Amino acid sequence: MLPIIKNIYFIHIMKEEVRLMKGNEAVAHAAILYGCDGYFGYPITPQSEVLETLEALMPWETTGMVVLQAESEVAAINMVYGGAASGKAVMTSSSSPGISLKQEGISYIAGSELPALILNVMRGGPGLGTIQPSQADYFQATKGGGHGDYRLIVLSPSSVQEMVDFVGLGFDLSFKYRTPAMILADGIVGQMMEKVVLPPQRPRRTDEEIRRQCPWATTGRNGERKRNVVTSLELESSRMEIINHRLQARYREIERNETRWEEIGVEDADYLIVAFGSIARICAKAMEMAEEKGIKAGIIRPITLWPFPKEAVEKAARGKKGILCVELNAGQMIEDVRLAVHDSLPVEHYGRLGGIIPSPQEIVDALEEKLINNIP
Amino acid sequence: MEIEDIIKEENKVYSKPRLLDDVHMHYCPGCSHGVVHKLLAEVIDEMGLAERTVGVSPVGCAVFAYNYIDVDWVEAAHGRAPAVATALSRLWPSNVVFTYQGDGDMAAIGTAESIHAANRGENIVMIFVNNAIYGMTGGQMAPTTLIGQKTATTPYGRRVDLNGHPLEITDILARLDGTCYVTRQSVHTPASVRKTKGCIKKAFENALAKKGTSVVEIVSTCNSGWKMSPVESNEWMERNMFEKYPLGDLKNI
Repeated sequence: MLPIIKNIYFIHIMKEEVRLMKGNEAVAHAAILYGCDGYFGYPITPQSEVLETLEALMPWETTGMVVLQAESEVAAINMVYGGAASGKAVMTSSSSPGISLKQEGISYIAGSELPALILNVMRGGPGLGTIQPSQADYFQATKGGGHGDYRLIVLSPSSVQEMVDFVGLGFDLSFKYRTPAMILADGIVGQMMEKVVLPPQRPRRTDEEIRRQCPWATTGRNGERKRNVVTSLELESSRMEIINHRLQARYREIERNETRWEEIGVEDADYLIVAFGSIARICAKAMEMAEEKGIKAGIIRPITLWPFPKEAVEKAARGKKGILCVELNAGQMIEDVRLAVHDSLPVEHYGRLGGIIPSPQEIVDALEEKLINNIP
Repeated sequence: MEIEDIIKEENKVYSKPRLLDDVHMHYCPGCSHGVVHKLLAEVIDEMGLAERTVGVSPVGCAVFAYNYIDVDWVEAAHGRAPAVATALSRLWPSNVVFTYQGDGDMAAIGTAESIHAANRGENIVMIFVNNAIYGMTGGQMAPTTLIGQKTATTPYGRRVDLNGHPLEITDILARLDGTCYVTRQSVHTPASVRKTKGCIKKAFENALAKKGTSVVEIVSTCNSGWKMSPVESNEWMERNMFEKYPLGDLKNI
């Protein structure tokens, strides 16, 4: 287990009730406790517990949160678009094939400059693929996914606690920058049960508070204000270019302010492992095993996959003998790592595909073979 | 009697709806959309709903409806207006939400969203302008295009063996338990305009009363797409469209 996670738990245990639950269940609890206004989803393995838990908790009876099982992922993301347009804190969740279906709607939400939260509990692809864990949607999440020049704020949880924490963080960031945020979880984090501390219940914003906070929202004109129109359409090219520049300026601001990562034993290491999500925790065990063999490796775990912590990776890579990117895919994040370090040192990839999760020993072996013994 | 004696407030018989903006519409002369917009603006204003109505515009000719009627609007992706309206209505139950959709939006790409929103009985109004053609993209076949009708993608006329049958989406919606009011009207004569206005009003009253989904289909002309004069279009519609899409209430609970 990562030392930093031990610390988080320790602090929480001191003052809060600790509960045991699945990552997907924890997201449902966290959404209610955050004061989320609406959830719109469609069942797909391995994330259906989010919708199931919400339906069982019946938050419409307590906080007034709307929960709706839509007729499709397409309908669900467009419900999110409508809810977000009216200033409400709304979210959806799905898994890889369903997230592909949502891409049109996500592009509209980004183009219309709306806040929304999307959870992807990744499974293996391509196509219908497998229901086992994967990280193969990294490109889709971080490089666009839908059409047009846009970015998502992409948060990568490595524990059930982070599944909870990133619901609040994701909503906060998406409202701060009026852009959609995605929690890019893998099937491991979604399905595994872990100790977790839930935050206190925040009240949902009143309609008046929403009108004040979101003067752009389609809440009904309600008084003398001019009408609000939420659209991503602008046929006049010169104005469409201005909109695009505004979006890009906001993305640069997010890059400056919101890049997050975690480092473990990086300073005195000879080798650097870069891994995100639950795999970073397997890498932490591998790091301990490597140390017993006299191999000093450190880990850098990107928490925001976009914005990618390129400066942190570049800094951490200085003086190292090589970098191993460990991912549950055929090599996606490694491209961002290579861009960050400009080929200044060897960067290798180790990944398992099709829903197979590597053991710590496999990662130690990969480190030795690819970086120390240079076996291609 | 002098003209000044006639032009007086008490003699006024007609005025532009207050909620209809004083701008040039992009619709072709002769198009039914302008009349439907006018009716919506009148009904929303007369019912005192301007400040709590939210419209959802489609992809299609009415994509810019938000430029003409002075209420809040969300511009939806093609076919997704009923899903967008579902959330707007559920999250702001005191508002009245309507969708404004064409035949492609309602009966082709958005068939699932239309049927499921209506089947859930969302308290929304669905305005469905059926002109049996894709106007915005240049006159291609619509799901409601008649057999034999020539379009850009059925240049020799729609054939059942190649293109299937015209989809009677409104009849399907009327069969769903979630709809409370489903009607098919037109706006090609003064009498039909007045009648349609009453239907739109009834639909908005149903939404206020949370009775379920109301659907007002307006069988319309597209003289540009049909390549006829506006007068010829009205005549063609009466002769051909009304046979396949007969006017009247399909459901009124």
